[in-house]
Amino acid sequence: MSWEVVIGLEVHCQINTKTKAFCGCSTEFGAEPNTQTCPVCLGMPGQLPVLNTVAVDKSILTGLAIDAVINLESKFDRKNYFYPDLPKGYQISQFAVPIVEGGYIDIPTKDGEKRIGVTRIHMEEDAGKSMHEGLEAVSHIDLNRSGVPLMEIVSEPDMRSADEAIAYLKQLHQLIRFLEVSGADMEKGQFRCDANVSVRRPGEPFGTRTELKNMNSFRFIKQAIDFEVMRQIEVIEDGGKVVQESRLWDSVKNESRSMRSKEEAHDYRYFPEPDLPPLRVSQEEVDAIKAGMPELPGQLRKRFEIEFGLSPYDADVLSQTRNLAVWYESLVAAHPADPKRCANWMANELLGRLKEAGEEIENSPVSAESLAGLLDRIADNTISGKIAKDVLDAMMAGGSDADTIIEEKGLKQVSDSGAIDTIIKAVMDANPEQVEGYRGGKDKLMGFFVGQVMKASKGQANPGMVNQRLKELLKG
Amino acid sequence: MPFSSLSDIKSRLDAGETSAVEVAQLYLDRIAAHNDSLNAFVYIDAHHVLAQAEASDKYRAEHEARPLEGLPIAVKDIFCTQDGPTRCCSKILKDFHAPYDAQVITHLKEAGAVLVGKTNMDEFAMGSSNETSAFGPCRNPWDTDAIPGGSSGGSAAAVAAALTPAALGTDTGGSIRQPASVCGITGLKPTYGRVSRRGIIAFASSLDQAGPMTRTVKDAAMITAAISGHDSRDATSVNNAPAVDWLGACDATDMKGLKIGRPKEYFVDGMDAGVRASVDAALKQCEALGAEVIDISLPHTEYAVAAYYVIAPSEASANLSRYDGVRFGHRCDNPDDLLDMYTRSRDEGFGSEVKRRILTGAFALSSGYYDAYYLKAQQVRTLIQQDFIKAFEEVDIIATPTSPVTAFKLGEKTDDPLTMYLSDIFTIAVNLAGLPGLSQPCGFANNMPVGLQWIAPAWREDLILSAASAYEGATEWHSKAPAAFDNKAGGES
Repeated sequence: MSWEVVIGLEVHCQINTKTKAFCGCSTEFGAEPNTQTCPVCLGMPGQLPVLNTVAVDKSILTGLAIDAVINLESKFDRKNYFYPDLPKGYQISQFAVPIVEGGYIDIPTKDGEKRIGVTRIHMEEDAGKSMHEGLEAVSHIDLNRSGVPLMEIVSEPDMRSADEAIAYLKQLHQLIRFLEVSGADMEKGQFRCDANVSVRRPGEPFGTRTELKNMNSFRFIKQAIDFEVMRQIEVIEDGGKVVQESRLWDSVKNESRSMRSKEEAHDYRYFPEPDLPPLRVSQEEVDAIKAGMPELPGQLRKRFEIEFGLSPYDADVLSQTRNLAVWYESLVAAHPADPKRCANWMANELLGRLKEAGEEIENSPVSAESLAGLLDRIADNTISGKIAKDVLDAMMAGGSDADTIIEEKGLKQVSDSGAIDTIIKAVMDANPEQVEGYRGGKDKLMGFFVGQVMKASKGQANPGMVNQRLKELLKG
Repeated sequence: MPFSSLSDIKSRLDAGETSAVEVAQLYLDRIAAHNDSLNAFVYIDAHHVLAQAEASDKYRAEHEARPLEGLPIAVKDIFCTQDGPTRCCSKILKDFHAPYDAQVITHLKEAGAVLVGKTNMDEFAMGSSNETSAFGPCRNPWDTDAIPGGSSGGSAAAVAAALTPAALGTDTGGSIRQPASVCGITGLKPTYGRVSRRGIIAFASSLDQAGPMTRTVKDAAMITAAISGHDSRDATSVNNAPAVDWLGACDATDMKGLKIGRPKEYFVDGMDAGVRASVDAALKQCEALGAEVIDISLPHTEYAVAAYYVIAPSEASANLSRYDGVRFGHRCDNPDDLLDMYTRSRDEGFGSEVKRRILTGAFALSSGYYDAYYLKAQQVRTLIQQDFIKAFEEVDIIATPTSPVTAFKLGEKTDDPLTMYLSDIFTIAVNLAGLPGLSQPCGFANNMPVGLQWIAPAWREDLILSAASAYEGATEWHSKAPAAFDNKAGGES
């Protein structure tokens, strides 16, 4: 009998604010340990939190983007537990009434689009970082991250495979980057995932779940879920019972291990945070945030297909990030004659070169206007597509515009029929046997002549004209 | 001079009859002479006090004097100050020096006050007798075998014995008003949100409020005027709180037209007969001043203490989690591991009353008990707030005894926390409702001072100040001084 996998995900996503959730300290990543701290985020006596409203606005924006309910009054609670990197001995979080409830994310699956429910998004503060490695008998604590604002995005247990979980995470990741509410850099811990996993026979109630903690790469998440599913099935098929517990994925050993069972689970003793009054936002504020919401990836993809006639593949590539989409649209604005040519050149040529250089579109050495200048020269037959690729290489390396490079390197396409005829005659003179062969019916030799002529012209001959004149002159 | 009011000293300073240095020296001398018998101060830096006084005299010479120019004010050890230690009278903070001033300390400095030192208190403000202090108990100047009340016992005793003309305290369940009452001085707890809590070591965040402890009502008004105001770095400090003419409110000389509510739940069997007689006499006096005294009911009063001893410890259990030995404060020697460090550091650092409240709070918040305790207590809190709202539809102000008893003897109740908790039976509801309350002297019973408590609607400190000023003007209780400390030779001019 088959097993059904049930997965729900909790994503901790760092909200990209300049300052921390409850104090004025910088959130810049990578500073010297404990240099971005103050009495508030160090949990010093008498210090009080003041809410960063930018974090609130970005949480609301995220909620609106997944079609969720924005709670006009939400509350903060204290989540109590002792850990050395938690300075106050409690984390300020939202427990009873989060700022966002409901909502959904549509994911692509092999059976078409599937809707994954989002239970809630709540705001909370991050803890600091404990460091144990390489230390003997002591641990070090870096509180730079203490108080950095997070959104915890909790899904419904709607996913039925690790692939669906990854699809959900990728959609969410893309959305969050699109909204510019988070850098969502997984290596910097700005997008971390806990997975609740259980298995059951189809049609039965949910099985006992385990929680896989703190995974920060799509690959590990998939491995961890797959491992956990196999482990649970094995336990049950061996006549055992799955124990409700938290498990930590070890990406070196490729296995998970138990952190703590339900019996040892913390009682967080949540209660309303008395230092912060209830968070009230007006419908007008929510509406204003909604009005400023950018076009979302799905909407963009569809518009690119309809408005510009792009293939689904190109439309998808160019709507991956907001910067890509903005860049593409400025390219089309500068080269409006052929949006598809724009898409081809951007998606295939430019992004390929940027990827090799390890750069993002926002750091492209070639601007949308410059690339449009190059595409203009293809359109007016000044250069061939093949030459244009060389010109683009030169533009990437040197920074000057297409026209200058074409001029300086003498790459202008030869479209003068007299000049082309001269080259063709020279080629025919040098290859009398092939001329005879062609004239004797070997049409395939046309390719040979085109190649020779292009080679002789160093690629600058207008290929269309070469074809046309060859046919004429070879007739004899 | 020593038993002069703050405003009298201010007049003399303004008239050039004395200097801030002279005033500071006078009180430093009295502290040197009497603190051993009272243990009111736990930290004094005489050199620093005189330096502030000199700076104030210099400022006065060059500028217009600020509202509290050159006036000595002591502060409870709960206020963080950059100068000297801030220990909350706990061993766990025995070496703690705050790198910041509490917002109210900043306000006092900006108003020109001379900060005299840190006064004794119950550890983390948890107590009603000042007996839980890690620095030993403070004593009542009217009877040094008696408690000075708590938790602001040091501030109350220091003002009552004229070791300082005024002090700051904090009030979570009566910690300004109850010690003021049993030491025979005036103490005001402002409306919750009137005064910034930033830099005040938190006990119960939704209840804590700082306020003045003084010899007169006007002195309390002067200090409150200086320390109140919105603080953008305290989200519970109220922006655009209704303004009060602090000093103007103290000009009242009668109570014509004032409707005073006398809640029957505050005049109960078991309270000290002498206390009851003094408060009844005070209300007669109010009638003589033109007030109408109306019997009212605050029906949920009897649940206030129970609700408070769930809510305050719950909040405290979280507020005190930061004293974990990790970043500051006491850490045990040679911990075996993390858990050992936590448990021993906290076990060694906290006293038994603090531990009792942390455990009570953690229990009340724990899974399975939250609804029965914390949630229920919050519901009671709402009912108590509604009691007051209803009462204030009928009367302008409420008058009650501050404490059901006069100061008891040291050690009398230390083994019986529940009886001790009842010391605050008349003050706690005010905190739960976030209202302003003031205690002022209104007589003696058992040869010890009795306090009269005034309670007003939120933000109506002006009503309290006017009523209390009129009463004070018509009586002499506030000018009584404890004989043992009234050494007229000690500098009376």
